[in-house]
Parts: sequence; structure tokens; C-alpha cells
Amino acid sequence: MDVKIRLENLKASYNEQEVLKGITIDVYKNMITGFMGPSGSGKSTIISILNRMMEFEDGIRIEGKILFDGFDLTKTISSVELRKRVGTVFAVPIPLPRSIYENIAYGPRLNRINDREKLDQIVINSLKNAFLWDEVKDRLNTSALKLSGGQQQRLCLARTLALHPEIILLDEPCSGLDPISTAKIEDALSELKKDYTIILVSNNTKQIARISDYSAFFYMGELIEYGNTEDLFTNPRIKKTDDYISGKFG
Amino acid sequence: MAFNKEKFIKYILTVFALSSLFFLFLIFAFILIEGLPLFLKVGFKNIIFGFKWAPTKGSFGIFPMIVSSFLVTFGALIVGGPLGLSCAVYLAEYSGKRMKMLLKPALELLAGIPSVVYGFLGVIYIVPLVRNYLGGSGFSLISTSVILGVMILPTIISISFDAIMSVPRTYREGSLAMGATKWQTIYKVVIPSARSGIMAGFILGMGRAIGETMAVIMIAGNALKIPTSLLDPLRTLTGNIALELAYATGDHRLGLFSTGVVLLVIIMALNYIANFGIKKKRLK
Repeated sequence: MDVKIRLENLKASYNEQEVLKGITIDVYKNMITGFMGPSGSGKSTIISILNRMMEFEDGIRIEGKILFDGFDLTKTISSVELRKRVGTVFAVPIPLPRSIYENIAYGPRLNRINDREKLDQIVINSLKNAFLWDEVKDRLNTSALKLSGGQQQRLCLARTLALHPEIILLDEPCSGLDPISTAKIEDALSELKKDYTIILVSNNTKQIARISDYSAFFYMGELIEYGNTEDLFTNPRIKKTDDYISGKFG
Repeated sequence: MAFNKEKFIKYILTVFALSSLFFLFLIFAFILIEGLPLFLKVGFKNIIFGFKWAPTKGSFGIFPMIVSSFLVTFGALIVGGPLGLSCAVYLAEYSGKRMKMLLKPALELLAGIPSVVYGFLGVIYIVPLVRNYLGGSGFSLISTSVILGVMILPTIISISFDAIMSVPRTYREGSLAMGATKWQTIYKVVIPSARSGIMAGFILGMGRAIGETMAVIMIAGNALKIPTSLLDPLRTLTGNIALELAYATGDHRLGLFSTGVVLLVIIMALNYIANFGIKKKRLK
């Protein structure tokens, strides 16, 4: 198994308050890795460090190493370049106020892909891979804001796929969705891991158990337990993990 | 007892609030009563599309002034629009807290400077500059446009700024997460999303420019013809009223009220577009 992302003693603090207290973890290639933990556990902070969206926050300090394929990209690659390799799907699906087609073509167009045929192909493939194609194929030019919440979230997944990133980060992507929409996203992710490395942040331990290959449990800025999902859920080594996955706190 | 007091306060406040509506009604009634009879007597066409303004001789054509008013207004927009929008984008997206704290009060001050001061500066600096480097008398369409362009900046900036700030943060994040740079995000996502608000800012700025009087009289030259070049002097609707009201009597005075009616209609139309036309589009 190849290590795609390695965090070494990653620390972060917001305005002097420590939110990550030295995280060390290997995220494997072509796997779905679930990050779970109660709010304030630091899992979303890790996401915003990985996609460097934290640079838009004031007063954050970061220490430690972040390695992609063994390389520290902090100094060598700009945030804009990095985000083309590390795609993100946010908790609240907000498409841009444009058509379905243009939402997906947005990223490729930024990369100067303007050839209509190429764009068409990217849009079609991305929608198919996000399990959305059948529902929208007849109305690609209607506003993306008219889609249902579940469809919007899959559209956000599709527009991320259109960039052909190596890594996809999903920050509680199903928190506002109904079970059927959630199932569709989960089906899509299970297919996508063949081509991508996926990190799924979720408060829903059942979802992590269902679709992730590896699971990590965070608590108060620390990584409490990490391992193969089956092992971790059937046989947690640490009591805190057991309490969390059995729903004793959350 | 307490309940009655609450009711009483609400009642008083309602009366005060409605009084502003009452004043508006009074202004309307006053201008229409004074201004409309001449329209009926001379004819709408002869006033609005008449070229000759000789009120003591029975000619009340204000077409050149209507055209001039629109010309300086668009001129002001050409000067103030890009400048104001750039400033709003800078304030909303790029400036740090400190710069914001410096710029916002400065803009409020800019809005608070009396228009006679703008006119004064125009006469002292802009008019000679135009005369020496571009030609003509200096009292011209271009001088007026520049001064008005600066005068409408606060309106354009504050309304565009609010529009840009009200674009949801998630739009920006979505775009940035797809590898867009900050500038790409601004001009492909933020500005298009704020477009209706920015347009409203421009239109209200136009309303301010078309209604401006003092500064305009001082620098426009006030000639009674349609300007054919940027260096020609012109007279606006507001200027016409302010210049002649002091000595006008009889039909001449009524002619000035007719000018006021036209001005009122134009400003109402602009406000309507800014408030309703644009908002409706946003809801779609």
C-alpha cells in the first residue's frame, strides 16, 4: 500500500489556542479514509490545512510536516496549484450561480481548456462519475441552483472530479442530506476510490463504518486511534474510541 | 397601563414615519400643480422636444437641457463607475482591517463635502487645466463629468461594497477550492453574483449626478445648446432652475416648474429601476 499523504507531528493553533496537538498519520492511496470525532476534535482543521484554505483565516499557526507522495509541497507549490491536486467537497453544497454545465466547466476553463468537445467530454464524465448524469442530462443548461440538495452535493463532487485531482477531501458531505441522497454519494465514492485517494470527514460513524477502508478517531485535537475500519469498529483498542463508536458520547 | 403606553409610542412613531411620505406627497403635488398647466398650454412636445428656451418670448423648449443632463450623468458614470467599483472590490476583498478603517471614514467625508466646494475646486483647478491642455473655455462637459464622477464615488462605492460583501463566503470557497486564484474568483464569481447590487449603486449614483446643481452651475458653462464636443459648455435641468428662478415671473416661472417636473420624472424612473427593476431580477 502506498502512502499518499503523511502528516508528521502536525500542530495548529487559532489565536494561541491549540486545536491540533501533534497529529501523525499515513493516508493510503486509493483508499477511503474516514475521519471521525466530535466537533472540536480537529478533523476539519486538518482538511483546511491539506487544501490550504486555512490561509484565508486570521491568526492560525501551523507546525509539523505535510508530505504528499513523500514530498513537502509547502514551499514548492502555490496554493492555487495545490488545490488543483487536492479537491474539496464542502459540508453545505453551494454550486456557483450558473448552469449545471458551467459549474463543472468552471475548473477546466480556469486551466484554459476551452475546446467545446473536450469540455463536453469532461462534463459528461464528471457527472457520470458523480452518479448525477441520468438525472440532469436533459437540462445541463438550467441553473444549478434549481437542483435538490442531494443533487447539488453530487454536482459539487462532479465539479471537483472535473479537475482530475489526486486527492478528494469531503468535509461532512452528507450532513444535510436525506438517506437516499447519502446512499448515492456513498456509491459514487466507493467507485471513485479506484482512481482517487479519498478522505471523508463525518460525524456519522455508521457512514464511516459502511464505506471507509481506514478510520481515524480524533478527540480534542489528538488522534486517538487509527487503523483498518473493520478492526477499529469491531475491536477498538482504546476505550474512548469504543465509547464514541457505540454512541456513548458525540 | 404599560400596554397603553406601548401602543401610544407605536402610534406616535407611525405618525412620524408617515410624515416623510406626506412631505414627499407635498413636493409632488406642489411641483405638479405649478408645472403641469404650462405643459397643457404649450404642449408636451414643444417643451420636451423643443430646442429653443426663450421663456420671455413664449418658447419653453428644454430638449438641450435634457440631453445635457444625461450627458453629464453618463460622463460622471464613465469617470466614477470604474473607479468606484475598483475601490469597492479593493475594500471588500483585498484591504486589511487597518486600511478599511482608514478608507471608510474617508469616503464618508467625501460624501459630506458640500457640493459648492466641489464646484469651487472645479473652477480653480479642473477648468483651467482643461482650458490650457485641451482647449475651449474650460467650462465644459468634460470638466463637469470629472467633478460629478468624483461626487458620486461614495454612493457607488458604499452600495457596491455592500453588494460584494453580501456574496456568500461559500461561493468564494467553492471557486478557490477548484483552483481559482483570488482574482479569478472575484471576476468570475463574486462580481457576477453582486451584479444587481453593483448596478443599483451605479443607478443611484446617476440619480445623484443628475440632481446635482451647485457644482454643475459653477463649471458647466450653462450655454443653451446641445454640446457637440467634450469641450462644449452645457446647461442641465437643475442648472436651469437654479439660474433663473430668482428673477422669473409669470409663464417663465411656470416653465421652470415644468423643468422640475421633467427632472422629477427622470429621478423617479432611476430610483424605480434601482429599487425594483434590479431586485426583481435578483429573485429569479
